[in-house]
Amino acid sequence: MADIILGRRALIGSVVSLPLLTGCDALNESPVFRKILSMGEVMHQHSQRTLMDRGALAREFDRSDLSPTFRANGSQMVEGPSYAAHVASGFRDWRVRVGGLVRNPLSLSMADIRTLPQRRQITRHDCVEGWSAIGAWQGARLGPILAAVQLLPAARYIVFRCADRIGGVPYYESVDLVDALHPQTILAWQLNDRTLPVANGAPLRLRVERHLGYKHAKFIESIEAVASLNGIGAGKGGFWEDRVDYEWYAGI
Amino acid sequence: MTDGVTVPQRIYRHRWPTRLWHWLNAVILLVMLMSGLMIFNAHPRLYWGQYGANADPAWLEVRSTTSNGYLRIGAAEVRTTGVLGHWRNDAGEVKRRAFPHWATIPSYYSLADGRRWHLFFAWVLALSMTAYMLWSLLAGHIRRDLHVSRSEWSPRHIWHDIKEHARLRFPTGEAAARYNVLQKLAYIGVIFVLLPLMVATGLAMSPGMNAAAPWLIDLFGGRQSARSIHFIATWALVGFFLVHMAMVLLAGPLNELRSMLTGWFTLPQAKDKAHG
Repeated sequence: MADIILGRRALIGSVVSLPLLTGCDALNESPVFRKILSMGEVMHQHSQRTLMDRGALAREFDRSDLSPTFRANGSQMVEGPSYAAHVASGFRDWRVRVGGLVRNPLSLSMADIRTLPQRRQITRHDCVEGWSAIGAWQGARLGPILAAVQLLPAARYIVFRCADRIGGVPYYESVDLVDALHPQTILAWQLNDRTLPVANGAPLRLRVERHLGYKHAKFIESIEAVASLNGIGAGKGGFWEDRVDYEWYAGI
Repeated sequence: MTDGVTVPQRIYRHRWPTRLWHWLNAVILLVMLMSGLMIFNAHPRLYWGQYGANADPAWLEVRSTTSNGYLRIGAAEVRTTGVLGHWRNDAGEVKRRAFPHWATIPSYYSLADGRRWHLFFAWVLALSMTAYMLWSLLAGHIRRDLHVSRSEWSPRHIWHDIKEHARLRFPTGEAAARYNVLQKLAYIGVIFVLLPLMVATGLAMSPGMNAAAPWLIDLFGGRQSARSIHFIATWALVGFFLVHMAMVLLAGPLNELRSMLTGWFTLPQAKDKAHG
């Protein structure tokens, strides 16, 4: 009985909203209309950058605030024998190349990462889907690493290239220098006082605390300073940005 | 309607900013609702506090099995197959997302596109709301039309209005030229409470705001609480819309519609007079 009533209600709903929906779907697929909608992202980015303190720290929490379970999302494993060998050896031979528009490119081992200037922070991870989890992170601050490689004046963005593949394509993300040099932006190798688990991006993942979760690249293999995002993927600056049109500026 | 003796009195009821904002809101709020339901579909669970994910207890959840959809609020669960959690799209395929295709923008699942719509129209909502609030204050809309006088605040007066509404007896003549107290409270509640609450709880979910204004998130008891309040306030606005539609239909839809298009409102006449 309940099903019949709900079925009829659904039918009425679809009759009432059909023309509207067809219209919205058509608009949703119109390139001009999408360009207008995208102005929202630009306005959010510029207003946040203009009105907010660019160095403002994301809220930090106490140990008592930690999520009992820190949900892992996105790629939770990297396929292939090479990564499996790295896991088996405790990432002893893992290297992170830092290059691109820099004067002094570097190749960092995990031992190097652990001895660089560190930061510990308990922050809330906000997924674009809507859920949040609070975790304690430790990692090397990206700012001092970028200072060590000496960015060239043309460098505007930092691109992260990852070992995980989705549909055969390696994951990638990018941030601008405001976020790259922010004190809470770290290459994290610890979660909740333990070596970063594979599901959360072992051995190294980005924490860029003023952005949604998809910006926090996992399984980082290389870091590249670039002048423009045009040559990266399809040009929107990230794997999901290029594929489903997530906002590059994920501070909203 | 009239017998030629009594000429119905027409008053200029709605100034152009009110009319413009009203119709703009009709579009904005529908888009915000439907794109918001798309965003909800990405994670159809609500929590209280700062954090909340699949392993944490949700106070509201839309879930599905292979054959049915369910809405659970607290300990109470209802089967919602056909509407929530388990429904068929236009092609007849079973989908197990929370809200059905006819309730979301776009009609097919795309969190990215739902966000594009929601975060663009959020600007239109916030800016037009701020402009209208300022205009209402400066142009005397609040003082002249929405201000609840001391006598109107009396419980007896409010109770009287509730009874009149319940009997579907609406003011006529001069008395209809002004909003009654329930109308005033409803409009004040929407303009100065619900809509700002939507904007504030929406902003409280932004990771940028988390750094710039953590007090805003604390005000609502955490990010997941803000998300829950955002959802509840949505349905309060839907509730307002339904009552609003019912009142317009009962009070004379053509007169009401015309007044919100042209500004001119014909004062309804008392029934006995009109027929006498």
